[in-house]
Amino acid sequence: MRTPSSKNRRLLQGNEAIVEGALTAGCRFFAGYPITPASEISEMLSVRLPQVNGTFIQMEDEIASMGAVIGASLAGIKSMTATSGPGFSLLQENLGFACIAEVPCVVVDVMRGGPSTGLPTNPSQGDVMQARWGTHGDHPIIVLAVSTVLDCFDITVQAFNLSEAYRVPVIILSDEMVAHTRETVALPPVDRVEIIDRVSPSMPSEWYVPYEGNSRGVPTMAAFGEGYRHHVTGLVHDVRGFPTQRADEIQAFISRLFQKITQGFYEIQITKSFMMDDAEVAVIAYGSVARSARRAMSDAREQGIKAGLLQLITLFPFPRRSVESVLRQCRAVLVPEMNMGQISREVKRVNHFACQVEKYNRIDGELIRPDEISGKLAKL
Amino acid sequence: MTKEVTKLIHKYLRHDKKFPHVWCPGCGNGIVLGALIRAIDRLGLEKDEIVLASGIGCSGRMPVYVDFNTLHTTHGRALTFATGIKLAKPSLTVITLMGDGDATAIGGNHFIHAARRNLDLTAIIINNQIYGMTGGQHSPTTPYGCYATTATYGHIEHAFSIAELAVTAGAAFVARGTVYHARLLDELIEAGIRKPGFSVVEAMSNCHVQFGRRNQIEDPVTMMKWLRDHAVATEKARKMKPDALEDKFTIGVLADLEKPIYTDEYQKVRDRAKSLARQ
Ligand SMILES: Cc1ncc(C[n+]2csc(CCOP(=O)(O)OP(=O)(O)O)c2C)c(N)n1
Ligand code: SF4
Repeated sequence: MRTPSSKNRRLLQGNEAIVEGALTAGCRFFAGYPITPASEISEMLSVRLPQVNGTFIQMEDEIASMGAVIGASLAGIKSMTATSGPGFSLLQENLGFACIAEVPCVVVDVMRGGPSTGLPTNPSQGDVMQARWGTHGDHPIIVLAVSTVLDCFDITVQAFNLSEAYRVPVIILSDEMVAHTRETVALPPVDRVEIIDRVSPSMPSEWYVPYEGNSRGVPTMAAFGEGYRHHVTGLVHDVRGFPTQRADEIQAFISRLFQKITQGFYEIQITKSFMMDDAEVAVIAYGSVARSARRAMSDAREQGIKAGLLQLITLFPFPRRSVESVLRQCRAVLVPEMNMGQISREVKRVNHFACQVEKYNRIDGELIRPDEISGKLAKL
Repeated sequence: MTKEVTKLIHKYLRHDKKFPHVWCPGCGNGIVLGALIRAIDRLGLEKDEIVLASGIGCSGRMPVYVDFNTLHTTHGRALTFATGIKLAKPSLTVITLMGDGDATAIGGNHFIHAARRNLDLTAIIINNQIYGMTGGQHSPTTPYGCYATTATYGHIEHAFSIAELAVTAGAAFVARGTVYHARLLDELIEAGIRKPGFSVVEAMSNCHVQFGRRNQIEDPVTMMKWLRDHAVATEKARKMKPDALEDKFTIGVLADLEKPIYTDEYQKVRDRAKSLARQ
């Protein structure tokens, strides 16, 4: 447990806490394009990054922002962009490049109502499946969801750590509600936060094989300009990084991309349980809805219902081990979401038990209130 | 001469696994590659200091053959990646290589903004007036009235002049050469890399396979002759009447200006930010 010292207590907005998390994690490059409700992240980093010898640049669109983020990461700098639905759609092409070329970076999507320009100032959870499958082709990806201001800090640090450890882009899903809520939080001192950096090669450059797997399936990563000249491409490549059409090399490459995530599953799967020990019914929720769900759960407990909550922080790879144990234990589970049921479908997919899975959805740009969830819980 | 060429090949090309290359025999891309290597050699740059980033297309395949830090990005986006690299490590010499479709259709927005922004990057654009890799569809530089696989009845759109576009967008250095005028191309690329700020070198090239074949100029030699006969040196063009230049294009340096460089300016931003934070 963290002991909040008054010195570190600050009144922060979700977007601001993401900025603090990114800077603490070592992010020194940000490229973005203005969009509500994510713009504060750009604005604040335009002030903060130059103070720490970092770089902020406003690009001509989100495609360009993502390209610049990848470029900076290839040159050895931890980098990030932040956007919302319309921009998230645009950057998907280059996000795929980061997947195939294994370039660590963090993408924040502050979700607002969609499709298209949609509801710029209302919260939504409509981009969950886009975060999973938005870029084309079969690929693994890590998606984390934040629900409180403190989460915004912690999860942003985790996002950078996971992206560096696994050489993958990591997506943080926030939403308008989390982004603009102000809370007093106690941020940990910088030296108490665990920071992970990508592993760089140490062998002589002629021995360096840029995409050679190892026991973790994560190749070491040389930055451009450090003597390990190599080729980086969005084409499927062999261990040397050169394009290949050989079936055996293609198979080995794509398999390794998945395998490194599968192997690290238990480290990547982040969930939080509340009052699950004796729970008979449970809520599975994420993002700002998880916050309403916590309140709903204690209200339900007061009414004598043995309710618990599983908050998903990792959405993908889908944290099936934690979800399965809830499904095994409980009579019924409720999955409230501000979309038509994108995660409830995942919950149903792993439900091989006698558990009743119910969804509850709002798509009207309003946050799901605690009383709506507790009302539903009472009927399960 | 042959010995010189062999020396350069050994010094700069990646021999392992990468040859034969993907280009058609007689393609102008090879001449641009040669010019780039000669320019780099003359500049005496270390291979470790150079990043060559390309987009997608026949031209985009170039980086894989050379022994630099090489990057083959997405279609049209080479300049965005290059921007990130240059900002992260300003000491690197960052060169991008694009096709005409790559740079001015899908990547057109990035191109004009890179020119406006003025990072110290060099953009080499191979203009073969067609989409080579995807099979001869029209590009933003396909001339009016020409034929392409998506302009079977004759092209009804009007072409961009890439170098002029770069001048208007504010590039610090703009030049145009051709694969026929190979020595001039060497010099222009060398000058482009040497110039601090955003430099554009447009290399008019031949794609006899996808462009020539559909426009009754099926062999590379005839296309080269066409380049020879339609190119006018910029100095000479200044003295010519506009109608004499009607079906011609200029070669040489079109713009060479002094503009503040982004990374230098950003260093000032950092200094200001730090001194304000201390107050
Ligand atoms: C987003 C996207 N759209 C389309 C393509 C298909 N594509 C590949 S190369 C190319 C055009 C290449 O033409 P150009 O840039 O002129 O280069 P060249 O092949 O002539 O060198 C296209 C349209 C792609 N790779 N990505
Ligand atoms: S299709 Fe055209 S541009 Fe492509 S390699 Fe062949 S000749 Fe060159």
